[in-house]
Amino acid sequence: MINFDYVKPSTQKAAIDALNKDATSQFIAGGTNLVDLMKRGVTAPQKLIDITNLPLKTIEQQKGFIRIGALALNSDVAENDLINKKLPLLTQALKAGASPQLRNMATIGGNMMQRTRCAYFYDLTMPCNKRQSGSGCGALHGYNRMHAIFGASDKCIAVHPSDMCVALTVLDATVVINSSKGDRRIPFADFHRLPGTTPEKDNNLQRGEMITAIEVPDNDAFAKNSLYVKIRDRASYAFALVSVAAALDIKGNTIQNARLAMGGVAHKPWRLTVAENFLKGKILSVENFKQAANIAMKDAKGFGHNNFKLKLAPNTIVQTLKTVSGLS
Amino acid sequence: MGFFPDELDRVDGRAKVTGTAQFAYEYNIPNVAYGVLVGSTITKGTITDLDTKSAERAPGVIGIISHLNIPKLPGYEPPKDAETLPPIRKGFKPFENNMIRFNGQPIAIVVGDTFERAVYAASLVKAQYQKEEYHTDLREEIKNAKPLEGNSYKDYVRGEADAWKNAPVKIEAEYEIPYEVHLPMELHGITVVWDGPDKVTVYEKTQTLSGTQGSIARIFGLPANNVHVITKYVGGAFGSAGNTWPHSIAAVIAAKQLQRPVKLSLSRDQMFMMVGYRPKAIQKIGMGTSQDGKLIGITHEAIANTASYAEFREGIVNTSRSLYACPNVNTRYKVYPLDLSLPTYMRGPGETTGMYALECAIDEMANALKMDPLEFRLLNYSETDPERNRPHSSKFLREAYQKGSDAIGWKDRNLKIASMKEGEWQVGYGMGTGVFGSGRGAAKLGVKFLADGTLILQSGVTDMGPGTSTAMTKLASETFGIPAGKIKFEMGDSDLPPGPGQYGSQTTSALGSAVSDASNSWRQKLVDVAKQISFFHTEKIHTADIKDFKFENGFIILAEEPTKKLAYGELLNYAGVKQIELLEDSQRVSLDKYSTYAYAAHFVKVLVHPATGVIRFSKIVSVVDGGKIVSENTARSQVIGGVVSGIGMALTEEGIIDHRYGRWVNNNFADYHVPVHADVPHIEVLFVNKPDPIVNPIGTKGIGEVTMVGFPAAVANAVFHATGKRIRELPITLDKLV
Repeated sequence: MINFDYVKPSTQKAAIDALNKDATSQFIAGGTNLVDLMKRGVTAPQKLIDITNLPLKTIEQQKGFIRIGALALNSDVAENDLINKKLPLLTQALKAGASPQLRNMATIGGNMMQRTRCAYFYDLTMPCNKRQSGSGCGALHGYNRMHAIFGASDKCIAVHPSDMCVALTVLDATVVINSSKGDRRIPFADFHRLPGTTPEKDNNLQRGEMITAIEVPDNDAFAKNSLYVKIRDRASYAFALVSVAAALDIKGNTIQNARLAMGGVAHKPWRLTVAENFLKGKILSVENFKQAANIAMKDAKGFGHNNFKLKLAPNTIVQTLKTVSGLS
Repeated sequence: MGFFPDELDRVDGRAKVTGTAQFAYEYNIPNVAYGVLVGSTITKGTITDLDTKSAERAPGVIGIISHLNIPKLPGYEPPKDAETLPPIRKGFKPFENNMIRFNGQPIAIVVGDTFERAVYAASLVKAQYQKEEYHTDLREEIKNAKPLEGNSYKDYVRGEADAWKNAPVKIEAEYEIPYEVHLPMELHGITVVWDGPDKVTVYEKTQTLSGTQGSIARIFGLPANNVHVITKYVGGAFGSAGNTWPHSIAAVIAAKQLQRPVKLSLSRDQMFMMVGYRPKAIQKIGMGTSQDGKLIGITHEAIANTASYAEFREGIVNTSRSLYACPNVNTRYKVYPLDLSLPTYMRGPGETTGMYALECAIDEMANALKMDPLEFRLLNYSETDPERNRPHSSKFLREAYQKGSDAIGWKDRNLKIASMKEGEWQVGYGMGTGVFGSGRGAAKLGVKFLADGTLILQSGVTDMGPGTSTAMTKLASETFGIPAGKIKFEMGDSDLPPGPGQYGSQTTSALGSAVSDASNSWRQKLVDVAKQISFFHTEKIHTADIKDFKFENGFIILAEEPTKKLAYGELLNYAGVKQIELLEDSQRVSLDKYSTYAYAAHFVKVLVHPATGVIRFSKIVSVVDGGKIVSENTARSQVIGGVVSGIGMALTEEGIIDHRYGRWVNNNFADYHVPVHADVPHIEVLFVNKPDPIVNPIGTKGIGEVTMVGFPAAVANAVFHATGKRIRELPITLDKLV
């Protein structure tokens, strides 16, 4: 590991000032991903600004939404009564992620900022445009079993590894960001980016900005019928091959509104808006779920080892919808 | 609790869970420095330039050793026939020359005053290479190259070769296993202290103290006794610590050259290329029976890989010759060198690979016959060894099948494939047989019995986790008749009388026999003492021998006059003897009149989700015929461990190489999936627990390896029963089922 400076400011302003002062500095919270990246030499900040002293851990009900501080631990959010009651989808997604040990360290903001787990990103001897722009994509013609089937480019086919973010996408959350210029808000679905020609950029957070909170609208109808299903290579502690977050507003036998997103399939949580629109007003039936899944899979593309996702993904969508609506 | 408890807790359990157990890398030697290996980034070729200047200038760096400045070492002298040796016989020694034979090969060791500084400096070492064409893809190599030749690869034929082809009912199938990487919890590590110019102490992760001692002694041209090896605890090894690997040699060289104690630990990604792995294997089985299901012919062919610089082979096809009664059996085994690091033994080496294929083929055959797979196995049960035409020392496999099928509820299994369901889940039952040879190797055992009743046993053996110290303590308690609390088992030090290496499921057999024999020698010594003291004096005492004494509940008793009895310790006090000491020299026994095998019968019930291909275990039962079970607590753990390894092999583990670079892709615990707790259901462990009358005086056949052998087949067979999908490539990941 390369030597670095370490500071631990006690105010948000001091933290952001420190970040602005030094172009090679970086925030660290739980460090569950950043420390690995530093150990492997993928990233080498000269200064770490530890923000875990900042008072950004609160989880509170506000009018029409729940506000979760960016430094709230994944484990604390997953065990929070308010979250369990109002946002059970978020609870499920958090508990599907990583291991209890990691969740005890990882923060909400950090979870959003984690990098892809693509092997080519981590091995400095192999090409990776995300790590080293212009070096090529090792996964494109390499081992790409875990990789994207949606929204990839010839520069990068990596996926975002988070479970939590898939749930927050479905829940229409908003990201609250602070900088020396004040606060700004980004809809969660617009926070992460597709790789395009700039795969080195995972998200739209600008230099000098800090995620301070997530605001999630509380919607009792969705809370009643929501489910996170994660398909992975072992029962725990593995990244999603495919995951589906679903929330349905059901009246009688009819879907009033649907929210759907997938994880493990794209460079960002993959919201299935067209399939959602299709389901709106439809009756609960396996046939409709299959059609929604087909619609969702339009434009999906495999790269070889991950071709199975082209079948696993729609199957998982149908399975999730069946389960959440009580048809299975 | 009685005088001899039925179960003994792990004697080293407290030290392990409280963190006081010291592993090889954890010895805090004053002034110790930290060694870190630099790995090559190409797969084959030569180093044309090695720039260590900036690394040397990095803070805390003590020294860097590579092929450019390695000291002259006796063990590195080329053999006389070096020029004519084929590459496969040339071997690999770290920093011997500028050749690169596999990606990640150590090209330098950087030693620093802290681990972190050494790691940083290692990242500054820059090599230039002349690259050469390489081969890391076994399937490509089979197409384009020739396998190794020699006597070890002679085909085996009994009866008629390929007789299955003419049988009325027949199957033929190809099975593949991937690279399975050695990833015990404890990373391989070593701490080295040179005690003088020709004397060294190494704290090393090893399964064989004498093996490590010999390897290091040969490299440095030292008498073996000048190499002191200490291995008090091993955090799992499973075959990975049977060799003295290049990283250990590198650390010993560095410590000598820099005149400073050095410790070195591999990183997790280095484990993928430094300590061996289970080779990839492609196997073909042809099998034929009569209409009523009697085996007519089995042909088992296996192809596996080795490294380009050394030969590794194992008995993949061997147990197929004898497990079933079959008049015509032939086997073929071929090995192709690849530009990878050397494979090595991994739990149930060979047998685990081979029996995966054979036991799947047996299931496929039973299915072709529309016969229950258990019934088919029993119909073709070999009562004697058909390979060597001799009886088994003991074979209680039938009992194991019975116990296992009862416990799993095999009778509830519907013969029809893909016919059983629980809710949405498809249900499948499968079984597989394990077999592994047993024998009795040599072991020396030091014995000290003190007047306070303490028994000290000493053996230069290591305990990589099976519970050797516990089993030996329990066995000594039974054979010596001394409470376990008064017994101290000292091990893990090459200065102790040499014990067996811990591999081949032979530790308990070899060392246990020595314990058992030693208890007899010790009683003889007690008698010798007893005959000298007035307490036992009778007119005939000078002609008395061991038969005239009884040994009960801690007392030596004169048989004729049972009132004449003394506790063992009291006897020594009475005689004024401080202690009894003896060295038991227990010899290897060759058993050529019998075939000696341990067996396992694995039964699993799986649930498979039809939409997602997710597999979950509903129940696992593993029954072991390992002869007498010496220590049930630790034996049960062994079986659980073997089964968990089997779950990994069957469902999750696969070392992946990107052949465009020759590098491992998933070289960490997040991407190389070993089973986690949530993957492992309750495992019901049963023992036949009948002593083998032949193998050794204690009647144990060894269980470490056989617990894994046959298990992956049971899973594959259950998945087939559940889904009708026959997956012939491990691991059975869900993408193969959707």
